[in-house]
Amino acid sequence: MKIFMLGWEFPPFISGGLGTACYGLTRAMDQLGMEVIFVLPKMVEEKYTTHVKLLGPGSRKSAFSLKSSELKNVKFHTISSPLEPYSTAEVYQKRIEETLRLKREAQLGHFTSASQLVTSIDYSSDMYSEVHRYAAIAAELAEYEHYNFDIVHAHDWMTYPAGITVSAISGKPLVIHVHSTEFDRSGEHVNQMIYDIERQGMERADKIIAVSHFTRNIIISRYGISGDKVEVVYNGVQRNGSWSSLSETGIKKDEKIVLFLGRITMQKGPEYFLHAAKKVLNIMENVKFVMAGSGDLMHRSIELAAELGIGQKVLFTGFLRGEDVQKIYKMADLYVMPSVSEPFGIAPLEALDHDVPVIISKQSGVSEVLMHALKVDFWDVDEIANKIIAVLKYPPLQMTLRSHGNFEVRKLRWKDSAAKCAKIYEDLLLPV
Amino acid sequence: MPSVCFYFQVHQPVRLRHYTVFDKNDQYFDDHKNGTICRKVANKCYLPANRLLLDTIRRLGGRFKIAYSITGILLEQLQQYAPEVMSTFDALARTGCVEFLAETYYHSLSFLYSRNEFAEQINKHIEAINYYFGQTPRIFRNTELIYNNDLASLIESMDKFDAIITEGADHILGFRSPNFVYRPQGCKKLKLLLKNYSLSDDIAFRFSNRSWPQWPLTADKFAQWIHNINGNGNVVNLFMDYETLGEHQWEDTGIFDFMRHLPEEILKHPDNSFKTPSEVVQSYDNTDTVDVPHIISWADTERDLSAWLGNAMQSNAIHELYRLEKKIKETGDEKIITDWRKLQVSDHFYYMCTKYFADGDVHKYFNPYDSPYDSYINFMNVLDSLHCRCTGSETGDKLCSVPKQDTTKSILGVEPKGKNPPSLQPTDQIT
Repeated sequence: MKIFMLGWEFPPFISGGLGTACYGLTRAMDQLGMEVIFVLPKMVEEKYTTHVKLLGPGSRKSAFSLKSSELKNVKFHTISSPLEPYSTAEVYQKRIEETLRLKREAQLGHFTSASQLVTSIDYSSDMYSEVHRYAAIAAELAEYEHYNFDIVHAHDWMTYPAGITVSAISGKPLVIHVHSTEFDRSGEHVNQMIYDIERQGMERADKIIAVSHFTRNIIISRYGISGDKVEVVYNGVQRNGSWSSLSETGIKKDEKIVLFLGRITMQKGPEYFLHAAKKVLNIMENVKFVMAGSGDLMHRSIELAAELGIGQKVLFTGFLRGEDVQKIYKMADLYVMPSVSEPFGIAPLEALDHDVPVIISKQSGVSEVLMHALKVDFWDVDEIANKIIAVLKYPPLQMTLRSHGNFEVRKLRWKDSAAKCAKIYEDLLLPV
Repeated sequence: MPSVCFYFQVHQPVRLRHYTVFDKNDQYFDDHKNGTICRKVANKCYLPANRLLLDTIRRLGGRFKIAYSITGILLEQLQQYAPEVMSTFDALARTGCVEFLAETYYHSLSFLYSRNEFAEQINKHIEAINYYFGQTPRIFRNTELIYNNDLASLIESMDKFDAIITEGADHILGFRSPNFVYRPQGCKKLKLLLKNYSLSDDIAFRFSNRSWPQWPLTADKFAQWIHNINGNGNVVNLFMDYETLGEHQWEDTGIFDFMRHLPEEILKHPDNSFKTPSEVVQSYDNTDTVDVPHIISWADTERDLSAWLGNAMQSNAIHELYRLEKKIKETGDEKIITDWRKLQVSDHFYYMCTKYFADGDVHKYFNPYDSPYDSYINFMNVLDSLHCRCTGSETGDKLCSVPKQDTTKSILGVEPKGKNPPSLQPTDQIT
């Protein structure tokens, strides 16, 4: 079985859960002996290429072929593009300008990284044509692979047009994997263009994989897709096992730490976190609230913390990677995910894996799979605060959540997710 | 010639309302929900079952006999929400074929934590049974049939009871049969009646299970099983929740028809009879002693305490509850003492059970909470409030941390007005 997979991001170039999910899924597929050709719309920077082997640089005009030493059955193609999964049109515009500026500098002889050399194709001026440019290059790559694959698997809206194109020219079935929808990201203020792309992808797909029943319901109710076309495959969690001793931080040990970790955007409900924090601090004093992540509501959130008079109790760390994430989990007494609409939510699983109990919103896919988590409605600030206080105040609660939760996480394996995908592929390939 | 001894446990807990750390009142119980459930169970089980058993007793001219243990906390609720049930129990009591047993009034685990409280609750229950049904119970059953040698000694020393009832667990009986009367280890007069869990559970749990090879269970088939015991036992103790009839096994399973026909089928054989627990104790001598050094119960597959005290939350909650006993009783405030006692109802701890996956179905079905964690949080918030009421303190809890300082205002550059800003805790409302 060989899969032509179209993705957005892949570690270490990640900005959210999608990259983590793609990595977990492909790694598990690799272990199950499935062959994956992974196409990414990302530039590869030199400093990250040490553990990735370049196969045929320059063989395609704007595509890299890489082969990871860790994933023996996975082959990577990267298409240079400034696309980002959680981007808005405005952010995209800024990045285009930035890239053009870098290019001008490069032309003046300031080559700062190898990757800039290959960004030779003219950038289109808007996201819409960028998505289609990505589709065109993906089609070329498919041809380059002599259509030697069985399934086309596309992750989230930006790759759907590419998936449709590759499926059409190769005649192979299309599976689209919905990690989030425009309704999750934007609430009721959907971007019509993205909605249309999503809907077209769902309509043209032979099978749709939703990351939860929560998301499956959105696909059925908001996109008018028939339920028998939509399967649920839960995400897994990449277990950490042990990690090296981490250096200490400046936070005092007699203070409890409540953690928000994720993009600070409307979807993640940062304001509910802050309003709950305010209520907690009315009753308990020795608590710090840490907001780890960045996003378009970051400044608004800093202001809100100040307005609520809890500015000195809320720390903003910005976007964290790697060891910093481990460190923050190690310090945290509780993780809170007050998402307004969360298709799955891998972060709470990682928190549990790090022995941090979690409060998650009921409006999330992960609440379908976790029994040993506290669940709240995202808007129910009183209840969020009630539960935060309970966890901080009653050690037996923290202890029980932690031990059962950590055990429960072990049952969510990427291997099972990959096996379920494989089953879906097989069913699609059965002669009718 | 075996006698059949039916005893039904009749109980409904008082459920707490959603109570957050921000609540500042003493309304802990969800009267609406308790009333609704009480009336629902009355209509599905108590009323039709009482009517059926009353008819059967009258039809068989007193040859059919049963026993009930009705918790005090349910008697209160029936009185309030479904008084018609009380009058049917009263009618049953007046047939002379119905015996009422004694237990802890609040269906509590007090035996494990406070012997004083335990004795007080038994006395309160005896008074209640006497008041409502004109009987003084002579047989004791502990909450969830929790039992060990110590309990037997304690009950014997109270000098009020002839026998005690518990589970006929395999590991206490070994090769012996539960169908005899035994004597607890270390007791001189007290007798022990053991539940025949196999035959009891055939009715209580397996009756409607279609994958059970014996399904469908008919009255004549069951009567034959009883009769097969002939020669190898004196009494078959069928102990189960009364809610089996109509609530656990719904009416459409045929449970009422089964119960309607069972007595006649059993009495078809002239050697068979029905006896109340007291009659059993008078009819048969003990054959052997049973040694139960470790605590047993009738719950789940483990037959132990793990459904109530199996995790850290459960044992923390119950320890904190009984730790308050002295303070609570020193207040002399009836309302506070009653609230504290209602928190002792064992169901509160059952809801906190995290043993989901093995016997999770049963646990979840009866759980008014979404999760054991929610139930613990709710319970602890209520307990904290109760603690505040009896100490008159502001927060009642040391973990509420350092006394509040209004640091936020000075950060914002606004000085608090006056030298002694009023406390933010509404002390007055609490007491």
